[in-house]
Amino acid sequence: MSQLHESTTTDRSASGSRDLRLSGLTKEYAAFTAVKSLDLVVPQGSFFALLGPSGCGKTTTLRMVAGLETPTSGTIHLGDTEITYAKPYKRPVNTVFQNYALFPHLNISKNVAFGLERRGVKNVGQQVADMLELVELTSQAHKKPAQMSGGQQQRVALARALINQPEVLLLDEPLGALDLKLRRGMQLELKRIQTEVGLTFVHVTHDQEEAMTMADTIAVMNQGVIEQMGAPNDLYENPTTTFVANFLGQSNLIEAEIQGREGGQVKVRVQGAVASIPAERAHSESGKGWLGIRPEKVLIAEAGQPIDAPGDVITGGFITDVSFVGVSTQYMVKMPWGQELMVFEQNTGARRMLPVGTKVDVSWRPEYAFLLDASQDAKAGIEED
Amino acid sequence: MTSTAGIAPANPHDTAAPAPRGRKLTGYWLILPAALWLGVFFVIPFYSLVSSSLFDPNGSVLTGYDMTWHFANYFDAINDYKAQLWRSIWYAGIATLACLVIGYVLAYAIAFKAGRWKNLMLVLVIAPFFTSFLLRTLSWKLILADDGWVVGFAQTIHLTNLLNFIGLTGTDDRLLATPFAVIAGLTYNFLPFMVLPLYASLEKIDVRLIEASSDLYASPIRGFFKVTFPLSLPGVVAGTLLTFIPAAGDYINATLLGNTNTKMVGNVIQSLFTTQGDYAAAGALSVTLMAIIVGLVLVYVRTSGTEDLV
Amino acid sequence: MSTLARLRRWIGKHLVLGLGLLVLVYTFVPIAVVVLMSFNNNSKSKNVYKFQDFTWNNWLHPFKPGGMKDSVILSIEIALLATLVATILGTLAAFALSRHKFVGRRAANLIIFLPMASPEIVMGSSLLALFVSRGFGGQLGFVTILIAHVMFCLSFVIVTVKARLSGLDDNLEQAAMDLYANEVQTFWRVTFPLVLPGIIGAALLSFSLSFDDFIITNLNAGQEVTFPMFVYGANQRGVPMQVNVIGTAMFVIAIAIVLGNEIFRRRQEKALAA
Ligand SMILES: Nc1ncnc2c1ncn2[C@@H]1O[C@H](COP(=O)(O)OP(=O)(O)OP(=O)(O)O)[C@@H](O)[C@H]1O
Ligand SMILES: [Mg+2]
Repeated sequence: MSQLHESTTTDRSASGSRDLRLSGLTKEYAAFTAVKSLDLVVPQGSFFALLGPSGCGKTTTLRMVAGLETPTSGTIHLGDTEITYAKPYKRPVNTVFQNYALFPHLNISKNVAFGLERRGVKNVGQQVADMLELVELTSQAHKKPAQMSGGQQQRVALARALINQPEVLLLDEPLGALDLKLRRGMQLELKRIQTEVGLTFVHVTHDQEEAMTMADTIAVMNQGVIEQMGAPNDLYENPTTTFVANFLGQSNLIEAEIQGREGGQVKVRVQGAVASIPAERAHSESGKGWLGIRPEKVLIAEAGQPIDAPGDVITGGFITDVSFVGVSTQYMVKMPWGQELMVFEQNTGARRMLPVGTKVDVSWRPEYAFLLDASQDAKAGIEED
Repeated sequence: MTSTAGIAPANPHDTAAPAPRGRKLTGYWLILPAALWLGVFFVIPFYSLVSSSLFDPNGSVLTGYDMTWHFANYFDAINDYKAQLWRSIWYAGIATLACLVIGYVLAYAIAFKAGRWKNLMLVLVIAPFFTSFLLRTLSWKLILADDGWVVGFAQTIHLTNLLNFIGLTGTDDRLLATPFAVIAGLTYNFLPFMVLPLYASLEKIDVRLIEASSDLYASPIRGFFKVTFPLSLPGVVAGTLLTFIPAAGDYINATLLGNTNTKMVGNVIQSLFTTQGDYAAAGALSVTLMAIIVGLVLVYVRTSGTEDLV
Repeated sequence: MSTLARLRRWIGKHLVLGLGLLVLVYTFVPIAVVVLMSFNNNSKSKNVYKFQDFTWNNWLHPFKPGGMKDSVILSIEIALLATLVATILGTLAAFALSRHKFVGRRAANLIIFLPMASPEIVMGSSLLALFVSRGFGGQLGFVTILIAHVMFCLSFVIVTVKARLSGLDDNLEQAAMDLYANEVQTFWRVTFPLVLPGIIGAALLSFSLSFDDFIITNLNAGQEVTFPMFVYGANQRGVPMQVNVIGTAMFVIAIAIVLGNEIFRRRQEKALAA
């Protein structure tokens, strides 16, 4: 097993792909399972986001990959090399810590040079200078971390990890402490740097917008398991669980009776009306189900007015709440069966805003609906404010 | 190259994160030297002290002592030296109270009013430690000297009469060589032990609470006693203990600033040990002092409701 | 009227600070006396502790009184050795207590706390009882003083270093390991430099505690005479004014170290920030 460690940094391209693979990875603390049999492949060179609510096991997963926590069972591979139990300093993996963890007694250039020097690299001056230039901190090289702003510290932490050219860079909510404006700026910068250096980034966050704008692939994690993984728009448009449907954006989930498959469509009965859902978006085939539709996909019109949708029109709703948010208007519509649906409408100016109490009809294009298994909790993943 | 997936590694020492097994022993090795030192030279000596307090009092350093479970040593020691024991508690008590009042003012000023001079003032609080304890105590001899201006001033404002009235000085208008001088010396010497814990607990208080209290309560003084003081209670308890305990055992102030009627229990213990060689009585007295202190501390900590302090 | 109100407000605002400063001044009066007396010529009457005439002689011949030089040297030797031993043992113990879980940790913490809460006279007399009961009564001296001093310095070292260690973020050590530093490098490159200020503080504290101790030392010193014992002994005959020279010098050196350190730190910060 020992020759594995030596080979980790050298035979990078020898066996082709250097994907990060986690198989059956589990971490148990005393009576509590923080990560449950996780299977995950992070393709080499991708920007991968691990998204999930607080306490779902994101940090624990990262720490196992970094070698700071020993898995209870399961394996971690980098390409063909197993690194499950390798010491942290023997893995070609570096971490940007949630609170940066900059060495307070070393100045910025010493902090950045730390990893190279520990590996015995000589004459690191030029590399440090280049790296500081990349993160635009050249003029700050001799300051101590305590003398820098949060955003600057964050960039030092990034430079300190990147300079080692790790195969995988782990980022644990690196933007968590920044204010919104700086956060958006740093997101763009991180993405630029990742594209520039071409390394595999595993980025942990509980900010879904951050994950969606930055990542090639998102894995949504909940209570120690991965609920769904895929490209941001696939995940958003076609969630497979109620948790993902609610956690990533918002969804209306309406009780439905599945009637059966007809060609490429699954037909369901929804409160008296019949709706059809494309088969590839139907994640349940029989019995009861949840019909899901995103609020911005729901079309709305005053009762009796035409709606620009090919599907059935559901009548008998009335508006209980209206909030105007500039680019759009958000309505709550109480349906005859008692449920309130969220409806977001662009303020195109085509029609006046509908006041509370207005009787309305709603509809949607069938290709945007999705169907989920009824055994799941319809409220899973809804974040309480 | 392939590994046994899902099965824990055969060799746990190969693991990455802090391996529990090897490190457990390291802890013992690291603490062992210090623990041995304190065990042999602090804990075991207590045992020696207790057993020497039960020796046959007829032995001597030359002939050796016999262990005779001579509990009468305690009755004899307490009987013979109850005046000094009582005086030690009494003097240390007044000095602690004086330290609390003076120290609270200083600690409060540093914690809330010093602004950017906070660190400097803290350094100044401990700076007196850098000169010898004995020399500083000797200085009080000069300050309180009979023809000095302190005595003169005290006479002018009739402080000497007041002190005489409450029994802390004699009738001769002197301050030196009186109980007052001893208590003043104790107060002075142990003040930093009061200020530091007080400061530590005051500093933790959220200033906004104090500001809020000045809105809630009519006068700032009421606000202080309703809010600030209760919140600083852990510091008060720690400070009073750290002041009272060494003060009760001290005999330098009593020797340098007092007279033959101000001798404290420390004077007796040290002279029994060093000049009279009466180890049995000295041991009994020492154990008695410790017992009294432990008893007082327990009662005090109970009543002030800060049991989790120690 | 309004000036009066303003005056009252000003007093109300600054009263506590003023009183606090007054207390500080009070703590420095005896030190001023020590400095003053180091220039005192007491040749007229040696038994009166009082300023008589100004002289440089005490500073020119600080070790004139018989036995004083030896006592100062002994005190310095003891203080250096006790500091060294207590700092090393105490630092190791502090690491054990804050970094390792083991059975008996609570008991260990209690035993460390107790010496700080026991009267010196009790600690000193117990130690003497131990030495006498083991037959070392006749061999009291350098070694027994050293043993005692290490004993009472240990707790202070452990508490000081532990406070520093508990303020240390463990993420820093993990970050070092993540950046290719093995356990040994992590310790020397990250942990140790960060704990060092605490260790230095503990060492300075040990030195001053040891140099200044009288009560415990006096009981366990045998025929040896440390500087505080010299002062105490001389008090009965008339204190030579040179002891104040030593007192003043110690004070000035200690303050110089503390202030120098602070000034150096501030300068460095300023230079870096510029
Ligand atoms: N050392 C530990 N002992 C016991 N439980 C732990 C330990 N470390 C973490 N946990 C638990 O494991 C779960 C996952 O923790 P983790 O830190 O991975 O969450 P996270 O997804 O990173 O959350 P956050 O977004 O709040 O950082 C939590 O419920 C936490 O309480
Ligand atoms: Mg986390």
